[in-house]
Amino acid sequence: MANYIPTTPAELQEMLGAIGVKTIEDLFAEIPPELRLQGELNLPAGMSEPEMTRKVTRLSQNNSTVDDKVCFLGGGAYDHIIPAAIDHLLLRGDFFTAYTPYQPEVSQGTLQCIYEFQSLISGLTGMDQANASMYEGATAAVEAINMATAQTRRNRVLIMQTVNPEYRRVMNSLNTPLGVNLVSVPFEDGTVDPAKVHELLSDQVAAVVMQYPNFLGCIEDVERIAELAHEAGALVIVVANPIALGLLETPGKLGADIVCGEGQPLGIPLSFGGPYVGFLAAKKALLRRMPGRIVGRTTDLDGKTGYVLTLQAREQHIRREKASSNICSNQALMALNATIYMSLMGREGIREVASQSFQKAHYLKRELAKVEGVTFPFTGSFFHELVVKIPNARKVLGKMAKHGIFAGIPLDNWFANLKDCILVAVTEKRSKDEIDNYCNLLGGFING
Amino acid sequence: MAEPLIFDLSKDGCRGFTLPALDVPEVDPADHIPARFLREELPLPSMSELDVVRHFTRLSRLNHSVDIGFYPLGSCTMKYNPKVNENMARLPGFANLHPQQPEETVQGALQMLKTLEDSLAEITGMDAITLQPAAGAQGELTGLLIMKAYHRKKGNHKTKIMIPDSGHGTNPASCSMVGYEVVNIKSDPRGGVDIEDLKSKLGPDIAGLMITNPNTLGLFDENIGELAHLVHSVDGLVYYDGANLNAIMGWARPGDMGFDIVHLNLHKTFSTPHGGGGPGAGPVGVKKHLEAFLPNPRIQFDGKKYRLQTKCRESVGPVLGSLGNFLVLVRAFAYIMVNGREGLKNVSAYAVLNANYMMQRLKKTFDLPYDRFCKHEFVLSGKGLAKYGVKTLDVAKRLLDFGFHAPTIYFPMIVEESMMIEPTETESKGTLDCFCETMEMIAREAAENPENLRNAPVKTPVRRLDEATAARKPDINFFQKPE
Repeated sequence: MANYIPTTPAELQEMLGAIGVKTIEDLFAEIPPELRLQGELNLPAGMSEPEMTRKVTRLSQNNSTVDDKVCFLGGGAYDHIIPAAIDHLLLRGDFFTAYTPYQPEVSQGTLQCIYEFQSLISGLTGMDQANASMYEGATAAVEAINMATAQTRRNRVLIMQTVNPEYRRVMNSLNTPLGVNLVSVPFEDGTVDPAKVHELLSDQVAAVVMQYPNFLGCIEDVERIAELAHEAGALVIVVANPIALGLLETPGKLGADIVCGEGQPLGIPLSFGGPYVGFLAAKKALLRRMPGRIVGRTTDLDGKTGYVLTLQAREQHIRREKASSNICSNQALMALNATIYMSLMGREGIREVASQSFQKAHYLKRELAKVEGVTFPFTGSFFHELVVKIPNARKVLGKMAKHGIFAGIPLDNWFANLKDCILVAVTEKRSKDEIDNYCNLLGGFING
Repeated sequence: MAEPLIFDLSKDGCRGFTLPALDVPEVDPADHIPARFLREELPLPSMSELDVVRHFTRLSRLNHSVDIGFYPLGSCTMKYNPKVNENMARLPGFANLHPQQPEETVQGALQMLKTLEDSLAEITGMDAITLQPAAGAQGELTGLLIMKAYHRKKGNHKTKIMIPDSGHGTNPASCSMVGYEVVNIKSDPRGGVDIEDLKSKLGPDIAGLMITNPNTLGLFDENIGELAHLVHSVDGLVYYDGANLNAIMGWARPGDMGFDIVHLNLHKTFSTPHGGGGPGAGPVGVKKHLEAFLPNPRIQFDGKKYRLQTKCRESVGPVLGSLGNFLVLVRAFAYIMVNGREGLKNVSAYAVLNANYMMQRLKKTFDLPYDRFCKHEFVLSGKGLAKYGVKTLDVAKRLLDFGFHAPTIYFPMIVEESMMIEPTETESKGTLDCFCETMEMIAREAAENPENLRNAPVKTPVRRLDEATAARKPDINFFQKPE
């Protein structure tokens, strides 16, 4: 059995002597006998590092990865290229074995990274400020809604049905207990008609929530919907894909008050869903409504530049039940991951990742259009993800998987009216050969 | 010299990474996306790979971390993070799985999750576990949603949660997020919950009690059985904040103490790295009568295959967009395997030994408000130094000069000038002795040369920072100059 306890038997005796007890058991004496665990935990015995490694590795091999297959899955998590340098930096113990920077004098590394993350996210989204990060996309959206209801003192929120259905379920779990009334706005042709939003707006509406590009891959008329929302005194929350923002106009310029989303596309491994990193950015007027950690730049006693956690009067450890959120941590290491990715890729790189993803998705659509039996239910603009309709979709997806391709996500899980429709994502990581092969195989299974 | 920002290091034309060339025929985006949705400016830096690597390497060296030195931050359990766990989290068969892959292709991942659930259930004495919550605070929120769902189902009209005044700040904040009002309960002279105060506030409107045991003073509340019984008598539920589980693992279980709901912090007790503030993982365990309310999807094994069950009628619904912080869970899984049943019990044994050893020594120099055996941590008061014009903050800052992280300070709030010290089991006697000597030296210095403390730190990358200006004129975005 391996263990991580360095105390020698001789030291143990010395320490017990110094405390004035005979055994370690004596230190647990005040736990009433009837509350003590009788016998041992019913768990296996410990094992050495190599034994554990062998077992865990074997378990991991009972999965098929996105590299064993070819991945066209998206729906909020995307298979992008990840530069090798990132993980080497993340593995520096100085980063990953530190904690929340409570003592800023010995935490400048973490603090400056967060300041850079906040700045990058602000620039990418076109917002005045961002926080130090959230758990992931869905909970970032939940917190955005909490900000809006607190700011407007209204409790109805219009959610486009084209917002990620998993996010909508999380909102339902976490926003409704506070009396928020979530109203779903239906879509036509892949996007929400602004007139439909207009109908539902009133002086009770705190916010309008849309996704950009939306869950079905399409680009909503963010600008028009934002105008209408503002006329009714509601705030505009945009859930954005950060890679799409390499190509698409900032939500800030289109009228968003709060922009949030999932940071996974920024160089974070797919990781079966986590850990990822949520981001949350907002207009200046909402600064003191922001949840979570925020880092500010300041100076030390010698006038040297340094960084600190700031605006902590919003937070749980000071305000307790009156805090803007219960959130205590951030996802610092994953925010660092995204920060290193954006630094390495840089302005040109992020543009190119976005542009190649766009090009390859549009190439796929052109090629699929040639396959008999394939149709596209929606006609609007899209970025790197699209809905494809094929006969017997679930059966065909199963066959594609057997032939080494994760071909798409069936949409009838969430949308009863999208039977036989699948959501297909294409990133810069897919090659022309892989896309051609996809189309050939799909054609074969549909018509074979 | 201060490390420049990435924006200062940016040089037009630099590239830190080269993508494969585009291999499909190109189209003009403007033909496919309306011009008003295409952006012009993109305010990101341009850096070479080496510049990026050097920048972040230099930044990393400005941090204190467990890998560099002692980190006795109370209630945070800053234990050693075994290196092999990083390898396990980077196995391609775990790291490269898409969350929407077909179930048949992730059987190993689901088996790992189910086995971890079962292990945590055994360790806590609970009947069912969800691994979904992303952090301790989210675990609290989940637990409280379960509590609310339980009362709703029973038709109970409950509006209030009782929390001892020594509780973590996240406890009351989480209550607010589910719409419960907080009732503070006083501590008794031994540092436990004041039973009389609790009795006087007990009534039909009490939804439950949220408590850490051992509490934030590091003291085990022997009356926990009675407290649980009292709360149950008004059909309230008893919630265990598992932040301090490192004190009793393998020795006692919340499930056997009468708790109905438990959350754990895997980044504390189960050694997953704190990451500079996250990611963590905050699984929640419940007793049988609450299992139906757990977040969905639930992982089920039908004897052949692992499946995700999403149709759970009474579930509080998902609290995260995925099954949880999966790779954090992999690390905790590896840690439990290596330690095994006797190793986990040893973890708490030595965590408690180390804390008591330090407490016995340091109580000779600093005030110890509750002088009894502690569990994994203890709380000292720096009030004795006030006569030299020195505060606990100054002691904390002076420790930084000697290569130690400071304890948690000014928490719990019920102790004046508090210093909360948690050594963990992974520190050697040598390290503990060295820290104690330094504390004693600082106490002498406070009497002889208090300026040294008030000026500290002087050996760190920066000295004390102007937090007041930072809050008054927030400079939190490079692109927005403060007013």
